[in-house]
Amino acid sequence: MQLGAFVILAVLVVGSAAGLILKRNPIHGALFLVVNLASVAGLYLTLRAEFLATAQVIVYAGAIAVLFVFAIMVLIPGKDETGPDPLRGQRWLAVPVVGVFLLLSALILRSAALKGPGPAAHVPGGIEAVGRLLFTDYLFPFEVTSFLLLAAIVGVLTLAKRKA
Amino acid sequence: MVPESYYVALSAVLFSMGVLGVLVRRNPLVIFMSIEMMLNAANVALVAFGQRYNTAEGQVLVFFVMCVAAAEVAVGLAIIVVIFRLRRRLSVDELSLMRW
Repeated sequence: MQLGAFVILAVLVVGSAAGLILKRNPIHGALFLVVNLASVAGLYLTLRAEFLATAQVIVYAGAIAVLFVFAIMVLIPGKDETGPDPLRGQRWLAVPVVGVFLLLSALILRSAALKGPGPAAHVPGGIEAVGRLLFTDYLFPFEVTSFLLLAAIVGVLTLAKRKA
Repeated sequence: MVPESYYVALSAVLFSMGVLGVLVRRNPLVIFMSIEMMLNAANVALVAFGQRYNTAEGQVLVFFVMCVAAAEVAVGLAIIVVIFRLRRRLSVDELSLMRW
């Protein structure tokens, strides 16, 4: 049952990622990205990380996807990838590069820390444990994050402001 | 229960597809989306390892990654909008001003 859910979600994730790479129109890519992010939220659910699943839907599939669609509609870059590609030969080099990367990750997966059963099949306590960690051990990074978001807001306002 | 190695393998595949998107595509918006996909792949691996070692710290790390990703997307899209305003075209091959 859980394996079935995982397989369905994995197919969705990989398929939508392929769609994002292959589709020429960026708005189609953005919609594939939404499917991708929502399926990753489903993966979090199967990993029993409920807080992350909701945060993923709200932050990624909500805010970030809307931002992307908005930027695409403002910029209307529609036809810009239909022109001749001066670096076509170089782009094909990406395929062997990614192949080598996949091979290396497969080797690491076969060799390293994932062999055998884990330490214990105990549920780490879900959202309560996350909140406790966030506001005790990770309190300082949490506050730094709020400062980072503030800096991002100010930076975006400065960048996007038209020069009068 | 699905073994964690499946999740890590899926994360590796998703990350590789993100790398492929960054290397192959020319539209900076699509490159940005591929970067988001790579961040998501890393998040999946973090959560899977956290489950395996029976701790919630992986989820806390993913929370921070999400915050940084949100900030990064906002700033990056603003930069792309400014570039488009200056050049009226969007292609990473033309953005060679800072190339040595």
